[in-house]
Order: sequence, then structure tokens, then C-alpha cells
Amino acid sequence: MPTGKHAKGKTVSRRRVLSDAAKTACGVALFGLAVGLYARPSRSLPADAVRPPGALPEKDFLGACVRCGLCVRDCPYDILKLAELGEGVATGTPYFTARSGPCEMCTDIPCVPACPTGALDHTLTDITKARMGLAVLIDQESCIAFQGLRCEVCFNVCPVRGKAIKLEYRPNKRSGKHAVFPPVVYSDDCTGCGLCEKACILEEAAIKVMPIRLAKGELGRHYRLGWEQKQKAGDALVTPDPEHKYNLPEGLRYDHSGRGLIADEPAAPRTGSALDTLRKGIREAR
Amino acid sequence: MTQSVSRRNFLKTSAVAATASAAGISLPGALPAAAQKTDAIRWDKAPCRFCGTGCSVLLGVNNGKVVATQGDPDAPVNRGLNCIKGYFLAKIMYGKDRLTKPLLRKKDGKYDKSGEFEEVSWDEAFDIMAEKWVAARKAKGPKGVGMFGSGQWTVWEGYAAQKLLKAGFRSNSLEPNARHCMASAVGAFMRAFGIDEPMGCYDDLEHADVFVLWGANMAEMHPILWSRLTNTRLTKKGSEVHVLSTFENRNFELADNGMVFEPQTDLAIANYIANYIIQNKAYNKDFLDGHVNFTKTPTDIGYGLRGTDPREKAATNRGKGKLSKISFEDYAKSVEPYTLEYTAKLTKVPAEKLEKLAKAYADPKKKVSSYWTMGFNQHTRGVWVNGLVYNIHLLMGKIAEPGNSPFSLTGQPSACGTAREVGTFTHRLPADLVVKNPKHRAFAEKIWKLPEGTVPGPKTSEGKTLIHAVAMHRALKDGKMNCFWVMCNNNMQAAANMNGESWPGWRNPDNFITVSDPYPTVSAIAADLILPTAMWTEKEGAYGNAERRTQFWREQVSPPGESKSDVWQIVEFSKRIKVEDVWDAELLDKMPEHKGKTLYEVLYANGQVDKFPYQKGTVKDDRGNEYNNHESEDFGFYLQKGLFEEYRRFQYEGPKKGHEMAEYEAYHKSRGLRWPVIDGKETLWRFREGYDPHVAKGEGVKFYGKPDGRANIITAPYEPAAEPPDKEYDLWLCTGRVLEHWHSGSMTQRVPELHRAVPDAVLFMNAKDAKKRKLRDGSKCKIQTRRGELVTRVETRGRNKPPEGLVFIAWFDANRLVNKLTLDQTDPLSKETDYKKCACKVMKA
Repeated sequence: MPTGKHAKGKTVSRRRVLSDAAKTACGVALFGLAVGLYARPSRSLPADAVRPPGALPEKDFLGACVRCGLCVRDCPYDILKLAELGEGVATGTPYFTARSGPCEMCTDIPCVPACPTGALDHTLTDITKARMGLAVLIDQESCIAFQGLRCEVCFNVCPVRGKAIKLEYRPNKRSGKHAVFPPVVYSDDCTGCGLCEKACILEEAAIKVMPIRLAKGELGRHYRLGWEQKQKAGDALVTPDPEHKYNLPEGLRYDHSGRGLIADEPAAPRTGSALDTLRKGIREAR
Repeated sequence: MTQSVSRRNFLKTSAVAATASAAGISLPGALPAAAQKTDAIRWDKAPCRFCGTGCSVLLGVNNGKVVATQGDPDAPVNRGLNCIKGYFLAKIMYGKDRLTKPLLRKKDGKYDKSGEFEEVSWDEAFDIMAEKWVAARKAKGPKGVGMFGSGQWTVWEGYAAQKLLKAGFRSNSLEPNARHCMASAVGAFMRAFGIDEPMGCYDDLEHADVFVLWGANMAEMHPILWSRLTNTRLTKKGSEVHVLSTFENRNFELADNGMVFEPQTDLAIANYIANYIIQNKAYNKDFLDGHVNFTKTPTDIGYGLRGTDPREKAATNRGKGKLSKISFEDYAKSVEPYTLEYTAKLTKVPAEKLEKLAKAYADPKKKVSSYWTMGFNQHTRGVWVNGLVYNIHLLMGKIAEPGNSPFSLTGQPSACGTAREVGTFTHRLPADLVVKNPKHRAFAEKIWKLPEGTVPGPKTSEGKTLIHAVAMHRALKDGKMNCFWVMCNNNMQAAANMNGESWPGWRNPDNFITVSDPYPTVSAIAADLILPTAMWTEKEGAYGNAERRTQFWREQVSPPGESKSDVWQIVEFSKRIKVEDVWDAELLDKMPEHKGKTLYEVLYANGQVDKFPYQKGTVKDDRGNEYNNHESEDFGFYLQKGLFEEYRRFQYEGPKKGHEMAEYEAYHKSRGLRWPVIDGKETLWRFREGYDPHVAKGEGVKFYGKPDGRANIITAPYEPAAEPPDKEYDLWLCTGRVLEHWHSGSMTQRVPELHRAVPDAVLFMNAKDAKKRKLRDGSKCKIQTRRGELVTRVETRGRNKPPEGLVFIAWFDANRLVNKLTLDQTDPLSKETDYKKCACKVMKA
């Protein structure tokens, strides 16, 4: 693209000078605004910064965290760091970035007891109960598993195996003879550790850990999912029906809650010898 | 996509572009039209470099580099799909540490085994190699030299090596790494059917109702076939999946009937099913009467260990496998002890699960396909257990028709096409011929235009000549073999008992080890001479996959530096050897015209291999693109075509029919053809009238590999493993692979994304076993066997879930050499190593 290079080269138009000057002015104003905002404790983390396991809700966490760095010191995988000025995270508070260094989900969670103030909640003793964020398969178009390729790396590295990320199995309509194994995240079990985001083999991860408030939708309070309610209750909420009876031609049955109309297999055509038929006996003769 | 732009679109685009440029933004869509055109990528087809599935990909080349790949949407195997390894094919040739110059261990300017690697010229490399090889052949006889090739070799690389060793050096010391991989499958094919390779094809994946996986983690190891199997399970009413394994693997995610059995007891399970079929009179009597013989095999045959091992001394029929005929009644009696109760107790599989499996096989209405890979093949009774599954299929007559298929899967891309079909084993010759048959040797000599007696028989005046892969490492250690050329594989990492046999063998001061590889593998590190090798699409090639599909590709890009392909290395090396150096005078007198010639002239420039002319532009596709062929350019004739066409004569003129392939050019035009190919027609199912041209009208089914056209049911009992756990070494150790890495990780570990996905080999362990040893998920642990130890981390919640008493580790990791741990036990019949069963202990590290 030679044109682009030339424009960047020597000639500077009057128009360019003016526009650059305007941009600079705007930039200075914005910087001022940013410094002003920063002066107040920042309330929301950047989307790719994740707090250690057991962190209180962001507002409470910022109140409780004394920026001592003990959790960072006790992280055996060195993934936690203390935010520095200009990182968008309140200075001195601990966080990690899933793509470069996810939480390895130590079963003894050494960072939590290290916290002297309870900014990391000491009642968290089971790492699978941690909710650092929520993995979201954010780009189904570039996730190769959604296209039917056999990747499934996120599923394979997930430490809450088979629960936080499950593979769905469905036929590949495009190829006609293969299946598709798309990964689906389940928020009931995802800890937000970020191992999936780190392992994603794409140039830019298709699965990302997001703050729960950004990642999670919420069903209207006026509605329940019937099958889930039934499973939770262990039985139908309303007593099941008595047995249904139907008017049906001979050879047909009807399964009320399952397959619907069922045709019994037709008897095999009588092509064999008479002896064969006789030997089959009375049961198969029907 | 059309290039034309409507006026309206043009105006719209320019308006947007103008606005954008006014705003100082550059839009990706607003590139000048010329820039889009220069992105001209040339696309051409090739089979994937990795597993035996044989997916086809399209390679995009721009400026002499593979810049992109895509699954080939028109390939019947994969229809545009790939697994994660296939997704990264574009990166495998561009690892930062490619070898580009020959490297020789030297001290003070001379070759020295204890020296450091120094760059040398190809001339110097081959000079020293020729000197060593000729000396070793003279001093130690046919076993003095040896070559260890590969199921990743192209067809003609295997064929050229076959000629160099067996006819040139007159040595049968040629083996492929496929010996470690599917020799047991071959043994069972030959014993049961008299002809190698599956009778069915991948279409069985759509036709079967019932799938049984016997020791094949298809979900990870044959990802695209698993995708097809899954689709059938999802869409076909009544279909079911049975999975047998010694630990829970990813197959279990789809299994309707998942069974974890005690290692080695698969023998009993197969016999129980046969017994069930017989007890319930479910067998197909007509089929048995018409097409099957009943036989038995000698028992208590040892474990393929060194003869000094007490287990070998105790064996009554060490290494024996001669079949003797029995009656149906004898056979029925032999499986009678395998009752449901006995089998459930021995195998630790719940009785109802075993019965469910037996019923599926015994149901005459259900089409059953059985699949297996290393769980069956890497087994000290591998040939037996392969055969036991054929027994079941033969009893039911569920064989050689759509959906009814016992199917041995392969691990390497050309284990079938090269190692097996070309026969690059010590005991084989091309197209199912064998060294021990004097008529077969004579036929090979005739085709190769060589004097009678050139190819040595199993016994010669210079001693016995047959030597299998594991025995080669032993011979190196014992100083009986002094020269070893390892090509296209990583046997230092792959062979069992590295500390006890491989390392001392290679580093034995008497020995000269050559390794040809694109990358500095563990094998290269252990070598004396490293030859930089052109890989995959840096050369013209052909692979044969597990369903008898032969696939070709053209050279897409030039190899880096001074790298040369395996076939070039073999043929060029032959120029260094004079016939007089390796043939005795008596033999040479039979064809005095060969006197003073080099092996190159005798083997390759023989009027056959060199009969197809080559010049720049010979290799062209139908779109007018021209391709290089560096080997043909160097030698002055179309080398690959010449080798292939000479090889085809074995298929058409040889004493064994059924291996026929199409002419060379046909394969460049198609995405593979399944042999036998006769009159341009492929064969989908063998041995069945209508599908197989070798079965005449009215014959119905004919197992024509056997003289009487009948297949063998071969009874064999359960016998225990060589090294079961005991008090001290209290766990079974099973080794294997993962989806992300293949071929010892030599290529996949050089793809950063694959490395990131699975960086290390971890020890999969049951959480209870871990707890007992005060270990938890992620703990550092030490695995120890009688042969070696290594340190890694414990994984209790990963993709593989071993039962208590068994641990699993993958062997791809060059930083954790798993084969320091394994025992060099083999199936005494197939000589294939059992990597799945030895005893270990695990402790905190």
C-alpha cells in the first residue's frame, strides 16, 4: 500500500496540522479528566483483570484490601501481581490476567489465608467454590470447535472437569457425516480461574473470563424453567396423570410421555420353507 | 466471489473511505483493489502429516512458504474438518530449531564418538557413513548394519530403503517404527486371513449399529473418525457405543456401555463373548461351514524379553505360533471356561455390562464394527487378542460387509501405505511377500533385475538374518550391530527400556549412529551423525491410511538450508557403496555386468526406476501451476514415479493378488483411492462378491489370502502379563498419547499453541491412590520402575480417569522420557512392544 506510506512520510498538509492540534488539545483535556477520575477509588475493574479467589465484591474488596501484597507473595505460581499506577486497577491491589497467567486453583488456596484483613474471604476453603469471574465463549464464529474441528482444549484443561465446561454433541449439518462438539460454560461450576482462556489456541482467545456482572444474564423473576424445577424437587410439582388410554388401530401403541405413536415391527415375510416356519414355533408365528 | 463492483457499491465505498480518511481512520474494507489481488495464494492438496486417519488438507503457498492451510472440503474422510493438530499444520515446518546442515561428532577435525557436533558437508557426512557401513557389513555380516525407518515415510522412501538394505547391503536389518505400533495387527491379519489390512473402510462408521472400542481412545487419537462415529450415534436410532479400556478415557463421554477392565484380561472378555455366542447358539452356522477353519495356537509363549530373563526360561513354548487344526467342538470347549461369572471376577467388569456387550455381538439384526489401536497391538498377547475379536466376527459372519467390520486403526499416516504395504520389516518384501519364502525372494530379485540369491533368506552362511526392532537395540548394546540409521522417527524416545537397552546401545563406542530428522530430537542428540531432513510437503510424497486409501501430494515448498528428503538421502548414499564392498564374488559372478558399479547404478539407475524423464515443469497441476521436485532434479529422472511404478509390479505380477494400485498420475488427480484398484475402480469392502473384484460371481464370501479361501478362527486363552504390580511396585503403569501431540512431540511441541495447551506429560492418577501417597492434584511426584524414574506432576481431575491401582502418562514429552520406565517386553509372535503394562511405584518428589 504505497499511498499510506507516502502520506505518513514528508508532506504535512495545513489540514493535518490543524487536526493534530485539535487532537492534542482533546488529549490533554481527557488526561485531566482521567486523573480526576483516578483520584477517586476506582469502582470497576478493567474487564480482563481478575481478582484472586475469595475476593469480596469489588467495592468491599477495595475497602478491605490494605495493599500488603501477602497474597501475591504466597501464590506458588506467581500469577498475582499488585496493580501499578495507570493499569486501570486500583493501585496496589492484587489481580491476575487470565490469558497470560491464570489461577491454577491450588486445593489449599494459599493466597486466601495469607490475607490479613479478610479482603479475600477466609471462609473459602474449597477452591471449586471460588467465583473469580465467569468464562464466556465470547466468539462462536472463530471458535474452531463450533465449526466442527476437534479442538476442545478449553474443555480439556478445565480443572472443574466436565462440569464448568461441557461439550455438547450435535450432528454437523454441513459435512453430513461428522459431529460438532461445541464447549458450553456452566456458571454453577465455573470458578473463573482462566485456564481455558490461557490455553485457547486462537490468536485471540474465543473464550474469556469476564467479571460476573458483565457475563451473566438473568431470567425474569416471573418465570421458572419447568424441567429444572422438576429436577430440583425430585418429582413433578403437580401430580402426574393417571394412565392414558387411546383409540388405536391394531399393531399401534401410543407412549404418552415419550415417543408418541409407535408401530410394532411388522412380522417378517414368510419366504422361508415350511419347515423353517414350523421350527420357529408358536411365539414368532403371531 | 466476483470481482466486479457495481457503480452504486463503488460510490458507497468511496464515500465511506473519504469519510474515514477525513476522520483519520483506516478501514480494513477500504484497501485498494490491487492490494487484494496480490494476495494470490496457490492452493494444492496433501494428506495431513499426523495420524492414520488420513484427512486431506489444502495448503496455501505464497512466496515459497506455506502461509495457510484448510481442511479440504472435498475430501471424503474429513470434509473440510481437522483436529487441533491438523489446524496447526502450517506451522510444523517452521519451528525455530530446524536442522539445516549435516552435523557430525568431531574432535580435532576428525570424527570422534565422544566429540561435539560440528557442521559438515553432505560429502563428508556420507563418506564417513559409507566407510563405517562397509566395514560393519564386512566384519559383522548382514546384522552388522541396520536401518530403522518409519510409518511416516512416504511410500517410495520405504521402497527405496527396502531395496538399499535387502538387495544392496544384502541385509534384512530393516525395520519401521511401525513395529512398535501395529505389528500385532499385521500378525493377526496374516494368521486369520493371509492378507494384511482391514477388509472394511471408514464408511462402516455410518453403516454400523453398534460400535465397540477395544483399547482405542478414538476420541483423542482418531479425532475425525470419532466425529463420524459420534454423528452416527447421535442420528441413528438404536445405535450404541461400547467402550473397553483399562482406564476411563474420553470415549466414555459418549459410551452407552463403558467398561474399565483389569489390564491383560481383554483376552478373557473376548473369549467370554465367543462362549456366549456358542452357548446361545447364536453363531452363523452357514458362514462357519462355508468360510472358516478352526485352529489353536501354542500357549505359554513368553514375553519377548532377553533369553536370560527367568520369565523366558520358564516359558514352555517360547515364541511359538504354529497353528494346528481343531474342530468346532474343540473350539467351543476351549472357550467354555470363560463364563460370565468367571470373566466378571477376573476382569472386574460388572457382569451386566459384559452381558450387554455379548448380546450386541450376538444379535443377528445388529451390525457391529469393532475398533482397536494400541490397547490391542501393544500387548504381549497382541496377535492373540486381535485374533480373538476376529473370532467373534467370524462366528457371527459379521465381517466384510457394510457396517460389520473388525477394524484395526493405525497411528501413523502411512503405517499401512509404507511400512505394511511396501513391507519395510525385517521379514517382509513388498505386497505381502515374505523373506522366508524362497519363491518370494526370487520374485523380488526378478523384478529388481538382480542375481538369484541377492536377498538373503532367514538363514545364510553368514548366520541368521532376521532382526526385529527391539532386538536391534539389544544387538547394538551387545556390539553385534555396529551401524544404525534412524530415519523419520524418534526411537531413542520411543523404544522401551531406554536406560537398559537404547542408550547403552546407541552410545556403545563401537557403534556409528545416524539420525535423519528435521528437528533436534532426543534421537538426534543421541546420534553420531545428524542429517537435516526435508519434511512432509517439502518433497513429493504418498501416504496410505488405515482404510487402504493411498494419497499423493506434490512438493509445495523448498526445504530449508541443505535439508534433503529421506528418499534423496537413501538414493544418494547408495552412490557411495560399490557392489564389491557388500556382495560376495560368487553372487557377482552370476551377473558380471554389475562389476565395478555402485549400488545406485544397480538399484536405482537400473533402467526401470530411471525410465521416466524429468525436467522443470514436469510436475504440473490441472490449473497450470508448476511444482518443484528437488530429488528428480538432482538425479535427472522422475525418481518417485520410477520407484512407484516398479513397486506396482509387485502388486500386479507377484504371487499374491489383492494389493493392486492405480498408475502414478491417477493419485495426483484424486483425493486418494482405496486398493485394490482394478480398472480404475476402488474397493470398499474386501472378500465379498460384488464389492471385491477378486471374489468371483457365485462365491459370496472368499478369504482369498488363504489357499482354501477360508479364514481362521484361532483359539487362545487368557495368560497373565509379564510384570504385574506387586508389593513394592504396586501400580500398573500405562503409557499412551494425547490429542494435542503426535509422533513423540517432535513437531507438535514446536507449535507454541499446542505446547501451551499441553506443555508437560502429567501423571493421571486416581484421587484415592494420590491421597494414599500424600499427593494431591498438581503435586510433584516421582514415578519409579525397576528400570528408571522420572518426576512430573499428579493430575487427578483431567481427561483420563484411571481406576485405583493404575496410572497413565503420555510419552510425547521430550523433557520426561517415559520410556526410561517401560519394560522391553514384546508379543513373542509380532515382536511389538507392550507399552501398556508394567509395574511402578509413585511417591512424593
